[in-house]
Amino acid sequence: MTENTGKVVSINGNLVSVEFQGNVSMNEICFVKVGDTTLKSEVIRIRGNVAQIQVYEMTDGIQCGDEVEFTGDMLSAELGPGLLGQVYDGLQNPLPVLAEQAGWFLERGIYADGLDSEKKWEFTPVAKVGDTLRAGEYIGTVPEGPFTHKIFVPFYLLGKYTLKSIAEKGEYTVKETIAVLTDERGREVSVSMSFKWPVKRAVKCYSERLAPVETMETKVRLIDSFFPVAKGGTYCTPGPFGAGKTVLQHTTSKYADVDIVIIAACGERAGEVVETLTEFPELTDPKTGRSLMERTIIICNTSSMPVASREASVYTSVTLAEYYRQMGLNVLLLADSTSRWAQALREMSGRLEEIPGEEAFPAYLESYIAAFYERAGYVRLPDGSTGSVTIGGTVSPAGGNFEEPVTQATLKVVGAFHGLSRERSDARKYPAIDPLISWSKYKSVIDSKKSEYCKKILHHGNEIGSMMKVVGEEGTSISDYIIYLKAEMLDAVYLQQNSFDLVDANCGTMRQRYVTDKLIYVLGSEYEIDNKDDARSFLNRMRQKFIDWNYTEFESDAFNKVENEIDALYNEKNGELGFEAEHLLKDGE
Amino acid sequence: MNKVFNRIESITGNVITVKAQNVQYKELAQINTRFGKSLAQVNKIDGDVVSLQVFAGGQGISTGDEVRFLGREMRVSFSEDLLGRIFNGSGEPRDKGPALTENMKPVGGPSVNPTKRILANRMMRTNIPMIDMFNTLVVSQKLPIFSISGEPYNQLLARIAMQAEADVIVLGGMGLKYDDFLYFKDELSQGGALSKTVMFIHTASDPTVECMMIPDMVLAVAEQFALQDKDVLVLLTDMTNFADAMKEIAITQEQVPSNRGYPGDLYSQLAARYEKAVDFANSGSVTVLAVTTMPGDDVTHPVPDNTGYITEGQYYLKGGRIEPFGSLSRLKQNVNGKTRKDHRALMDGMIRLYSSYKETLEKKNMGFSMNKWDEKLLKYGNLFENKMMDLSINLSLEKSLDLGWEILADCFQKDETGIKSDLTDEFWPK
Repeated sequence: MTENTGKVVSINGNLVSVEFQGNVSMNEICFVKVGDTTLKSEVIRIRGNVAQIQVYEMTDGIQCGDEVEFTGDMLSAELGPGLLGQVYDGLQNPLPVLAEQAGWFLERGIYADGLDSEKKWEFTPVAKVGDTLRAGEYIGTVPEGPFTHKIFVPFYLLGKYTLKSIAEKGEYTVKETIAVLTDERGREVSVSMSFKWPVKRAVKCYSERLAPVETMETKVRLIDSFFPVAKGGTYCTPGPFGAGKTVLQHTTSKYADVDIVIIAACGERAGEVVETLTEFPELTDPKTGRSLMERTIIICNTSSMPVASREASVYTSVTLAEYYRQMGLNVLLLADSTSRWAQALREMSGRLEEIPGEEAFPAYLESYIAAFYERAGYVRLPDGSTGSVTIGGTVSPAGGNFEEPVTQATLKVVGAFHGLSRERSDARKYPAIDPLISWSKYKSVIDSKKSEYCKKILHHGNEIGSMMKVVGEEGTSISDYIIYLKAEMLDAVYLQQNSFDLVDANCGTMRQRYVTDKLIYVLGSEYEIDNKDDARSFLNRMRQKFIDWNYTEFESDAFNKVENEIDALYNEKNGELGFEAEHLLKDGE
Repeated sequence: MNKVFNRIESITGNVITVKAQNVQYKELAQINTRFGKSLAQVNKIDGDVVSLQVFAGGQGISTGDEVRFLGREMRVSFSEDLLGRIFNGSGEPRDKGPALTENMKPVGGPSVNPTKRILANRMMRTNIPMIDMFNTLVVSQKLPIFSISGEPYNQLLARIAMQAEADVIVLGGMGLKYDDFLYFKDELSQGGALSKTVMFIHTASDPTVECMMIPDMVLAVAEQFALQDKDVLVLLTDMTNFADAMKEIAITQEQVPSNRGYPGDLYSQLAARYEKAVDFANSGSVTVLAVTTMPGDDVTHPVPDNTGYITEGQYYLKGGRIEPFGSLSRLKQNVNGKTRKDHRALMDGMIRLYSSYKETLEKKNMGFSMNKWDEKLLKYGNLFENKMMDLSINLSLEKSLDLGWEILADCFQKDETGIKSDLTDEFWPK
């Protein structure tokens, strides 16, 4: 700790300049004293003996000459047992605790510890005295909800350490010393169950980073089959307002096949957070059978909360994700919305009078976005197990135009792109991911050739559809018209999904494989059809059958019954499997 | 404590600078010019150079005018006495009543702790069928009314003010035409709603800085009423003028513009206001309806675009009607399941038929011949537009639903409506 102080010399919005003596480091945390309160701030530029700081609170009432105290620490997250189920603001203050202290409003200058320092945890030592340990290796465990929470040698300790002593099995608070380590020179370090880590630095206590190969099931057919996301991968969901970005993330947070979900509500509506808070404790996680809230952490810095802590909130979230990854868990971080984070950077950049880039975003926007998404990853840990952080970010492009800087910078660095379209959402198609523009570099849950085959039908159908707008139905040949109808059917029965229906919303991998095979069988066949009315009525009936099928429990009696009806309808028109589809289905076996 | 300075260093637009020490950020000052007194607010401090935005504008200020710092921030008086009164953006009376100085409350306070909010689940009745029935307004919702200039949005707001089921109405006018101000005053006093209304009015001829203060004053007052267990409805018109006022000040202060000249923090500034909409657990609520005019009917213009990302849907006013297709209340499903059991089905059914009517109308305009079904749709469309969509209709939700069934029965057979038969059996007019 340095005893370092300074004095305010200028104020412009939440940017304050401070004259200081001694040494100040970049991104150091300091506190501005205003009357009885102190406001948390971060150093973002140093020039000579003037540091420019962004204040995480409203700056009303600050005057020149007010004292500023530098702490010597960077903005850090407190890591340890007790993070799961919490609702934090962007600076890791637990909001329920703030509500107890301040009531209705988020009064400024009130801070609380990220972890409950009173609560006792059942610690079981694992490491033995004399063991050689490094940062990121674990010395013991505590049970936290459904998980075994590992207690690590703090990530910031460099070099090799020898375990000198360790506490016996028993109950301890997160602040009590549970082990003493000695470094190579014999100096002792006391360790408790919690430690701090600067949020803007990536945690790199893993042995190696692996390529993300395993698909992360989201139970959304359109994503898993056609535009999949891998565990440890990254994806983005840009879309205009009202296209359903938040609803899609909300569903993903419920059904995704991961251990832990971290929701970063960054600069969005408070009402949506309230919805999650009301709903999640009532829902059960199918994997553990316990409340969904026990696998969730919410970092919520809604749009009306101060903009500087909005910038911090995405880093706080990803740090917590990396911490749980270190335990060999699969973590999904959902950031809604990264555009608001980018706008926070823009606001600060403007106040710093930096030379603006495109649409006044700062020139470093791209590298910041890249650095953030690069914190995702699938890694092998020191003990040989693996863990992953998957990052999914929504983007809110101005005017719904994907050509804007944040979308473009994000597309460069992510592994999958789920572009939402206004047309699809206006037509009440959910999810409104546009299959014609989206892409993914990850492995699909279905055979990739089958996935390509389906996408080809969609593209072909779309081409015919645009032609038909010009030449009319009359000018379209019957074979083209059937392809168009087949594409429409594929869209209606497979791409669209009812997020309110428990069965349909939760469509697993086995089911997706089974249903696509059937679909390829039906769509890849030729039928005895003479005219367009006949074609429309036949495919409409087929469509209805498949939609009914979506609502039946997989492999149940009802499921088999509808499948038989589909077969009967197929035979009614003497369907004959085409060459390409036949080949595809045979290969798959 | 009050410091007086007699030397203004620079005057640019509505912003002046003085050399002063011990001045707080956002502190108020009073300037005595030869045209009278005006408030000003500190918006930047650089060493001993203090910038202030002058509420009454920079016109006529002399470098020798007196600037007196008041040692406090912007505040607004709060009590029951506010009801029925009209103020300007500085909080001074616009009517002939006395100035209020008691129980001063800060303006632009901190945001509500999200864990202290509750899920929006109460309907706010307005007795306008296009709202109540098709896009229900929910207590604590924030909704803009997207509109192009010339649409009767102020008439709509006045109707809502008179008919809505709210304890208190707080109306904020920004850049209002003087005629519109008179219109509001007359309508509300004739409609008998004036006694539960507080107005903060900035007209187009008033200084720009006061325009920026209106939403904060309005919402501060609304919040105080809500904390006294009142359901408050905030009506703002027009938020585009508010955004333009911000743009003007930002440019004057040489801030780097981001999109079409608007400052980079437009989203945060709008969100800070809209997010004041809240339903306090065990207490009152604030619901916000705000007119946002779209220059050139362009929804991708920065103001409506940023607004759309913040609010929970929008009402789209076009051709003097609330357009059923562009409009959306995102929270309606929280409430319309528990009004009357035919509400959702009838809403969906009528909209579906109305959209078929639109297609038929297009066909008709292109000169295609009309079949029997088309004729039915045309009749339905006309009835729907005249009996339901007209803004002057004042009907409770239940009566609107009954009217909906009557219109359907007038035009169609039961099985042509696409509505579940157990509902048509129960509600079809005999």
